[in-house]
Amino acid sequence: MQQLFNFFIKNKTFVLFLLLFSIAISLTIQSHEFHRSKLLNSSNYVIASIYGASNSVSQYFNLEKENQLLLEENSRLKSERFNQKKNSPVDSILEQTYSLNSALVYKNSYTKPNNYLTLNKGLRDSVKEDYGVITSKGIVGVIDKISTKYSRVLSILNTSSKINVKLKKTNHFGTLTWDAKAADIVQLKDIQDLVKLELGDSVITSGFSSTFPANIPVGTVLSFRLNDTKDLYIIDIKLFNDMTSLNHVYIIKNTDINELETLNESDE
Amino acid sequence: MNNIVFLNIIRFFGLLLLQVLICSNINFMGYINPHVYLLFILLYPTSNNRLNFIFSSFLLGLIIDVFLDSGGTHAAASVLIAYIRPLFLKFSFGAVYDYQAIKFSNTDFSQRFVYFLFLIVIHHFVMFFLVVFNQNEMLLIVKQTLYSSAFSLLICLLFTSLFSKKQL
Repeated sequence: MQQLFNFFIKNKTFVLFLLLFSIAISLTIQSHEFHRSKLLNSSNYVIASIYGASNSVSQYFNLEKENQLLLEENSRLKSERFNQKKNSPVDSILEQTYSLNSALVYKNSYTKPNNYLTLNKGLRDSVKEDYGVITSKGIVGVIDKISTKYSRVLSILNTSSKINVKLKKTNHFGTLTWDAKAADIVQLKDIQDLVKLELGDSVITSGFSSTFPANIPVGTVLSFRLNDTKDLYIIDIKLFNDMTSLNHVYIIKNTDINELETLNESDE
Repeated sequence: MNNIVFLNIIRFFGLLLLQVLICSNINFMGYINPHVYLLFILLYPTSNNRLNFIFSSFLLGLIIDVFLDSGGTHAAASVLIAYIRPLFLKFSFGAVYDYQAIKFSNTDFSQRFVYFLFLIVIHHFVMFFLVVFNQNEMLLIVKQTLYSSAFSLLICLLFTSLFSKKQL
């Protein structure tokens, strides 16, 4: 026993190094698994408020671009409104299952294999895990961590992100993943080789999950190739969204999410 | 003595904020960012307690990891170079290091260059290896290490010459 203590005291630097290094490695491994790291993420109160302070300065630089985006969206919504059929039901508000909540992006990254965003909405604004995040142009990601005032989003530019999407023309659906190569190109997998593909085809969300409603634009087909077993396509999708400059986003709340979850749980 | 402790505390938080708010958002050529927080580890006083030094390096890396949502990659790389630093101090500064504590502002540029180069390259390699975490992507890891190291080295050397107290 005495010898053991002596050994530790003699090599205390090495022991400390080994301890801290293994803590760091285990944190790294944890972060590669889905939904693990609890405390140490950027939705932490102190971290997010520092990002917020920095954002309150830097958001002024993007005002012109943000205005442009808002104008585009407004004109699109207006034209939809004008071309809408007249007799819409009066109580349509009761039928709505999705509600949108705007949020500010405090931090965004797109250069690493696993990217996350930090938003300024949290539990206090009744945001929950697995809510979808979009912009006026397309999808951004899914909320994966929340604190009282802030939340962290698993970006579609993350190798562990999997989102169900479909081809607009043929309704064939597959999984949206990312190969960590370029910030504007994602991959659509699990599409059968019998499907007829054309360059420029639109890809939209499928609406199969409770996260995203159907028909949210994602991107267009840029190129496609067969996978190693030659039975499924790997399709490169050019995103509509510019993931490198996000400022204002919308969080999609599904008001039926509890009902859907209990349905799915009873199945398992 | 207190002055040195104070200076290092300022350096810790200053470099931390500089790193997460500015340097990690540069994205030069798409993905190259300088890791300027390494200056804290590189310039930490040599005569000081090694346990404190290793622990504060770990803490700095860990806080940066939390900011950037990168798991424990910065912490692992930082604690590694903090541990092996004496080896490279001896290698780069030779006899000076054996006899007394080094004042980095009084050292030769070439010696400082070699010292920075080795530690920065090791740090970046370990970090990118853990970030990518895939042996098949070795080329990508080496490429990112090379470009980012060059950028970090440049910025670190610029900072040390900018803030050195040596009279011209």
